[in-house]
Amino acid sequence: MPSAKEMRLRIRSIKNLAQVTKALETVSASKVRKAVQAVNATRPYTEKAWKVLVHLARQPGHAMLHPLLTQRDQVKKILVIMMSSDRGLAGSYNVNIVRHTLQRFHQSEVPVEYITVGRKGRDMLIRRGCKVMAEFSDIANVPTFADLSTVGRLAINSYLEGSADEVYVAYTQFRNMVRQEPVIAKLVPMDIEVTSQTHGGVTTHPSNAVFEYEPDESGLLDEIIPRFTALQVYQAVLSAQASEHAARMVSMRNATDSARELGAILQMDYNKARQQAITNEMLDIAGGANALAESRAG
Amino acid sequence: MPIRTEIVSQDRIVFQGEADLVMLPGVEGVMGILPNHAPLLTTLQYGIITVRSKSDDFYFTVAGGIVEVQPDQVTILADAAENVAEIDISRAEAAMQRAEEMLKAGVPQDPDRYLKIQAALRRSTLRIDAARRYTQGRKKRD
Repeated sequence: MPSAKEMRLRIRSIKNLAQVTKALETVSASKVRKAVQAVNATRPYTEKAWKVLVHLARQPGHAMLHPLLTQRDQVKKILVIMMSSDRGLAGSYNVNIVRHTLQRFHQSEVPVEYITVGRKGRDMLIRRGCKVMAEFSDIANVPTFADLSTVGRLAINSYLEGSADEVYVAYTQFRNMVRQEPVIAKLVPMDIEVTSQTHGGVTTHPSNAVFEYEPDESGLLDEIIPRFTALQVYQAVLSAQASEHAARMVSMRNATDSARELGAILQMDYNKARQQAITNEMLDIAGGANALAESRAG
Repeated sequence: MPIRTEIVSQDRIVFQGEADLVMLPGVEGVMGILPNHAPLLTTLQYGIITVRSKSDDFYFTVAGGIVEVQPDQVTILADAAENVAEIDISRAEAAMQRAEEMLKAGVPQDPDRYLKIQAALRRSTLRIDAARRYTQGRKKRD
């Protein structure tokens, strides 16, 4: 049995802990809200952008229109962009995305390189001996499109240079507060039919007419397609951030709950021990008094 | 037949509605889109978009983007867009001054930073221009 003082200390430290986790929970809750807002705000733009892309895909010979749309016959190298968080205390958020990514790519016969967004994911990949080609950390909370364009540009450049034949993005899709799913999507070469489906029914224009391009076709596609790739990266980051904050919020709520529970149990033990001590003392006094009275009478 | 017009930027829908004429600052010059225009895909410059409908004219500033034209619809994916009526001139002027001062203080060696300042300057100049031209009689707010 620990002493009363030790128990008091323990109860106090657990109460402090619960307070800290509660504060973290509140902070994450407000961040989730902001991140979800940011995800929703980009939705109209993304929908329209996909509509344009689907129209482009209908153009005759679209597979040859642009290198970023052309599937390569042989895949000799794969690049994976993985989104994780900079900070821990987010439950299994980082572990899940890393496990999901490795399950898919660790046994791959083709060499795989990684670009990581977020420190935690980078560290975990390096520990497992993966080749990390570049890493981005300290991404602003709710970043702007411009903040992330470098990530997309890097992916596109390594594809165009030939240092990767396929580029994937691995991130955690935010479904709701309690459900976040790790997802892997192909970024380049762009598979318009598949990707537009995952982006939810896009209503397209019925016309199949051939586009005119201004200034010219290749210049225009050079402008448009990398932009859409960057847009996908941007959305992945926003969704990953929302997931991170939601995961942290839930895990902090669990921590707060268990700390409170533990605190209550300890408090109960402490009270019992205290009452026991008082009872014992009472018995001692009563016993002493009795003995005294008996000796007087005797 | 009116043209269904949509202007979206990365963070919101700027405009959605029907128009009889849309004027756009294309890379190769301003173009007017009338109903039944041939399908067209083009990029935009910094400039002003005019959306003319039966009852009203709307003006928007746009800082680059992509336009898809179909016979009965125009979709503008703007890098940044704003309704001219929403522009706060005094804020735009302050932004312009800040950018000018930064350039005066010395051209930064970092090309990224330089481009950023330049873009800010171009954007604010455009906004001030547009606001002055298209909102006559509007008093400057303090």
